[in-house]
Amino acid sequence: MLILTCPVCGVTAEETEFHAGGEAHLKRFGPGSSEQDFEEYLFMRENPRGVHFERWRHVYGCGKWFHAARCTTTLEVFGTYPAQTLEPPADLCKSISKKRPGWSWREFS
Amino acid sequence: MSEPITALGGAVSQNGIAKVAEAAREGMITLRGDVTSAAVKKALKSVTGAAMPGAGQMATSGSYTLCWMSPDEVLVLCPADTVGDTLTALQNAAGTAHVLVVNVTDARASFTVAGPLAREVMAKLCPVDLAPGAFEPGMFRRTRLAQVAAAVWMPEAERFRIVCFRSQARYVFDVLCVAAQEGSAVGAFN
Ligand SMILES: [Zn+2]
Repeated sequence: MLILTCPVCGVTAEETEFHAGGEAHLKRFGPGSSEQDFEEYLFMRENPRGVHFERWRHVYGCGKWFHAARCTTTLEVFGTYPAQTLEPPADLCKSISKKRPGWSWREFS
Repeated sequence: MSEPITALGGAVSQNGIAKVAEAAREGMITLRGDVTSAAVKKALKSVTGAAMPGAGQMATSGSYTLCWMSPDEVLVLCPADTVGDTLTALQNAAGTAHVLVVNVTDARASFTVAGPLAREVMAKLCPVDLAPGAFEPGMFRRTRLAQVAAAVWMPEAERFRIVCFRSQARYVFDVLCVAAQEGSAVGAFN
C-alpha cells in the first residue's frame, strides 16, 4: 500500500484516502494537432517497472490534485509535489538518483 | 412553516463499546474563497470572533467554530437558529472579496461517537492515525469513513464528532454502530 503526503494540506495517509489520476506531465494535443500527436496524447502511456510519475487527487481530504513520484515495484514513494508543476522537480530527481542510480522516465533521468 | 429535522430523527445506539448518536441540528456554512487573504480572514473574525485556523485545525470563539477544509474552503459552525443572520453577516463583511457563502446546514448529517473506546471505533473506519497524541481536540480532519467522505474532530477527550453528506446519514450511522458493536474492542490504544 502507498503512503502519500498531500503537498497542499500536509496530510499523510494511505492510498485509499486518495485517488490515482494517471500519468503525470502529459502534453495535451487537441484540435489542429497531427493525428500521431493526438493518438499519443490520448492512448500512449508509460508502464515502467521502477520509477514512475503520476497525478493523484486528495479526494477524501482537501480535494486538491498533486503529483507523486513512486516506484512501481516496491511502492516506495520518493516524493510529492504541487500540481502546478510542468516537470519533475530537479531536487526530487536528484534524490531518486541516490536510491535508483541510472533511472530514467520519458525524457527525464 | 415546516419544521427542520435531522436526517435520522436523533438516532441513538448505546449497546456497543461506544455510544453512537446523531448530533443535534447545528448551523453549518461553507465559505469558499482565498481563506489566506486578509480580507476574508478579517470578515470571518469580525462575524465569528474566531481567527482563521491553520491547515488541519479548528478555532472556536463563543458559539462559533471555524474549521479548515482546504486552502480555499472554511466550514463555519454556529447555532442553528442564527445561521441565516450569520450567513448575511459573512456576505456583508466579505464585501467585494471574491467568496461564495452557502448555508449547508441541511445538506449534512452529523454524529457523535463517545466513550473510552471511541478512538478504536473511529480507527476501524478511517485511515487516520487516531492514537492519543497524534489526534487530539482542536484538530480537524477530512477523510474517508468506510466508503464515504467525512470530516472528523474531537470536541473533547473520548468524544468524536463526524459530519457527512445527509444522503449518506443512514449508511454512516449503521457503519458506526457495526464498528462499535458489543465485544468488538481491539485494544489498539491501550
Ligand atoms: Zn490534501
